Amino acid sequence: MAPVEAHAAQQQHHPIKLYLLVWGLLFVLSAFSYMVDYLGLEGYLRWSLILIFMMLKAGLIVAVFMHMAWERLALIYTILLPPLLVLVFVALMVSESNYVLLTRLLFFGAAP
Amino acid sequence: MSAPLKPSSLETLPRPSGLAGFAADWASDQRAFKNVSWGKAMMWIFLLSDTFVFGCFLIAYMSARMSTAVPWPNPSEVFALEIGGVHVPLILIAIMTFVLISSSGTMAMAVNYGYRRDRRKTAALMLITALFGATFVGMQAFEWSKLIAEGVRPWGNPWGAAQFGSTFFMITGFHGTHVTIGVIFLLIIARKVWRGDFDTERRGFFTSRKGHYEIVEITGLYWHFVDLVWVFIFAFFYLW
Repeated sequence: MAPVEAHAAQQQHHPIKLYLLVWGLLFVLSAFSYMVDYLGLEGYLRWSLILIFMMLKAGLIVAVFMHMAWERLALIYTILLPPLLVLVFVALMVSESNYVLLTRLLFFGAAP
Repeated sequence: MSAPLKPSSLETLPRPSGLAGFAADWASDQRAFKNVSWGKAMMWIFLLSDTFVFGCFLIAYMSARMSTAVPWPNPSEVFALEIGGVHVPLILIAIMTFVLISSSGTMAMAVNYGYRRDRRKTAALMLITALFGATFVGMQAFEWSKLIAEGVRPWGNPWGAAQFGSTFFMITGFHGTHVTIGVIFLLIIARKVWRGDFDTERRGFFTSRKGHYEIVEITGLYWHFVDLVWVFIFAFFYLW
């Protein structure tokens, strides 16, 4: 057996049960996020619930389905830390968007 | 300079746990990813770059929505359907979400059977995954035609802010393209698995190298990523 396969083979052997469990959890979480819209929740409750369900789903997919939970830290940090920088970009654009909205309201009235 | 060590000898290298071990792995003159093959590492790095692409799209959408003085169309109503005379909000998107999650489940099981060298089950599960993916793309085509028929264009729509159409077509279009490429990728690998390429060590027509069942996991990484992106699109574009 080639070294590549030998490593992979001894690494990612998990019971099917685990995948079925995560599959079920993803279904339930998706149903919950849909219910947020169906029940018409509004404001901060809606946004926080959407974000919580989103992060739980994303975490389950990355950790179990993509096997990140069993990888070495060297790979985990390489892949998962850089996307956090996107949050800096988000913060920059939030500030920029508020400014654009302000100028639109100031110079064009209510409608641009 | 000494010759690079073989991965098999590196795996047993003792490392401190936690951050110190991470720093030791990343120190100079060695492979950073010890027990990860180049194929898997490169797929991960590609997915990281793709994360930034979709991140930019979602940030562009956020900026458009935050900076417009015109009300944003309510996605709950825009994507509602009449089913048997009943008005159900966002139902098509919910079904698409369940279809994609199911495809991720079958893909994870395909990877599992791949490592057990169960050729038939692996190929069958990959084909089911591809079928779910094709269903998803089909539903997306239906959604696009419905919205276009209702007058949504990249430069305007009947319900509110003009940027709704452009961000919608851009984000879901790019995601749908990823799903389509994933389906093609799945079909190619499923054919190889079915034919027994990874048992007979048949050489690839393009690379002339022997394949391994690990390619099923690499395909799976791409496929799960497509599902992952949908989780974010579903939350930010459809539910927000």
